[in-house]
Amino acid sequence: MEFAQLGLYNQAIILFSAVALLTSFLMLAQTRMLPLIFTFAWQGFLLATVTVLVAVVTEHPHLLVSALLTFSLKVVIIPWLLYRLSVQLRMQYNAEQIAHPTLLLIAGVALVIFSYFVSKSIIHLSGLATRNTIAVSVAIELLGMLLMCVRKSAVAQVIGFMSMESGIFFAASVSTYGMPLIVELGVAFDILVASILFGVFFFHLKDSFGSLDVGQYNRLSEANASQLPVPEQALGQPVPGDHS
Amino acid sequence: MTLLETTLLAPLVGGLVLAILGHRPVAGWINIGVGIITFGASLAMALDVFAHGPQLSPSRMFYIDAFNVYLVVLTAFVGLTTSIFSRPYMRHEVAIGRVTDRRLRLYHAMYQCFLFSMLLALSTNNLGVLWVAMELATLTTVLLVSLYRTPEAIEAAWKYFILCGVGIAQALFGTVLIYFAAENKLGAGRDDTLLWTVLHDAAASNLDPAVITLAFVFLLVGYGTKVGLVPLHNWLPDAHSEGPTPMSAVLSGLLLNVALYALVRVKMLVDASLNTNLAGELMMGFGLLSFTVAGLFLHRQHDVKRMFSYSSIEHMGLITFGFGMGGALATFGALLHMTVHSLTKSAIFITVGHACQLAGTQRIDQIRGLIRTQPAIGWGLLIGTVSIAGFPPFGVFISEFLLLMATMKEWPWLTIPLLLGFGVAFAGLFRHIQRMVFGEPPPGQRPVQANMLPVVLHLVLVLWLGLAIPMFLSRWFEQATVLITGASPL
Repeated sequence: MEFAQLGLYNQAIILFSAVALLTSFLMLAQTRMLPLIFTFAWQGFLLATVTVLVAVVTEHPHLLVSALLTFSLKVVIIPWLLYRLSVQLRMQYNAEQIAHPTLLLIAGVALVIFSYFVSKSIIHLSGLATRNTIAVSVAIELLGMLLMCVRKSAVAQVIGFMSMESGIFFAASVSTYGMPLIVELGVAFDILVASILFGVFFFHLKDSFGSLDVGQYNRLSEANASQLPVPEQALGQPVPGDHS
Repeated sequence: MTLLETTLLAPLVGGLVLAILGHRPVAGWINIGVGIITFGASLAMALDVFAHGPQLSPSRMFYIDAFNVYLVVLTAFVGLTTSIFSRPYMRHEVAIGRVTDRRLRLYHAMYQCFLFSMLLALSTNNLGVLWVAMELATLTTVLLVSLYRTPEAIEAAWKYFILCGVGIAQALFGTVLIYFAAENKLGAGRDDTLLWTVLHDAAASNLDPAVITLAFVFLLVGYGTKVGLVPLHNWLPDAHSEGPTPMSAVLSGLLLNVALYALVRVKMLVDASLNTNLAGELMMGFGLLSFTVAGLFLHRQHDVKRMFSYSSIEHMGLITFGFGMGGALATFGALLHMTVHSLTKSAIFITVGHACQLAGTQRIDQIRGLIRTQPAIGWGLLIGTVSIAGFPPFGVFISEFLLLMATMKEWPWLTIPLLLGFGVAFAGLFRHIQRMVFGEPPPGQRPVQANMLPVVLHLVLVLWLGLAIPMFLSRWFEQATVLITGASPL
């Protein structure tokens, strides 16, 4: 089936999911903190818009609730929390180095192709629009994971995590007309709690390690387990298992 | 109020009360009291299910059958005994200044919330709510892991949070895919498509195999991360070694079981709609890999709690392998192994907690002469380790033997890596334990106040299960096996 033969509604869904995928790539390459947070909010806004569209056209009013949840969590609360935290931790103008940006983007492209390949097996179940949205949501999820893998900053990791969650929500609302309401509320509650906890952890990490660079957290690897840090005792901080 | 509601509400209300009163000296007792109520209600509910068969709550939100009810009882029981241990343990931690009043309150509240989330995950009929409860269990334990606020504890909690968060997000995607497949079959716009009872009926009439296969891969990765399957196990030793010891006991003894429970539930759906053994073979592969790798890692540990968490990975690998094999005998063995492993491992962690307070460190090479300083702890650790290594009079031997028999019948070649793995793990445990228990105690080592009641209780139960499985319990396991595989082992 050709793209132009689809109804306006299906065309709009494909368009919005394509733009959401684009924002995933933007996040992947964005090294500065504030634009990263804003791009994440834009992605949430796009996904919420698609959900409203599906709700209105297919007359599934309860999807409006999930659109509202997506909007309030992904566009308002989480970006606002992250923004406030990065201002408080004075890192809003920080930029981090990405070792090989070109390779990273190529890896992202490979992941998108992989997602389309994986969702090829379920083509016969659905129309063109759904097929694309499933592939795109898998891609958004995997790109979120890639973002978490390559970034060293804890804030970027959280954004990758939340972007994965957005991708899954997107799959649920477009391909299945929304999960049962109790599940959506439960998931939203968990995400809300998780985002608050992440905020708490930023401060703990900053206190303990002096930075939010995940690369420095290597006290617990198997390799150096034999030489557990002794200097802590000198600093007067308790060492795990030290009860004396 | 039904028994199920009591079982679920007791820890929830208890958690709320403890969020206010958790720093008072009485909080330890409240914790135990809530545990007693939960355990009593769950036991009564189990007897009810045992007599009258599976129960579906009127709203169809909760479903209790032979498989999950025994895990509910096990969870409530270990939750209770661990709370008995945690009262003096946490008092000691407060006394030496490792935990402040505020954190003690957090600890008590989160302990009960954690139990609530596990009981919810076990008893719910809705796959989506199951996911929500698993994530809730992650969130509550993250706070427990970071309780001591040392850099190591913070790092462990962060690692745990990120890895399990990412892992469990995959499981959510798998759940969405299952929902997608079911909606295609049952029609859109129904409210009950994600209910396990409905799905199980639909699965018998074949959900779409391509979608279900894809869903299972995501679910295996997702819940497998929480089970601690290699190569997704990285968070587990860190989280176990850096958190307070009562939490290690419930993490190892309970949370891993609950995650595996979720995986087996999904496998039942997948098997019914695929008519191949794909799910089983994937689980066997991951199980065997975890079993072998964790056994090897036992040898190079320097921290006693890390060592026993690797032993947990090893045993969870074995259980996953058993469920993956899927015959009646293997499933029976896996169910039994789940029980005895929970009981033994939580007993070991309780003993280890006392041993660490005694020696003032978790480093294996600095814990020496436990038997000479305090025989109860020394013998407890030795007997617990003998039991977990699978020596004959104990229940672990029986379940491992059953699993080995089943392997010999269905996959004869795999008995070789299994036997080798048992040997490697045995050597790995005893090369460390032997010196800790029998060595020369360092000068000035004094006994600590220890409550060995939970340990004795657990080990006696494991011994009992090893000598003779009581009739009602074996019928219970049999009912669960019939539910999972459709065939009876007896």
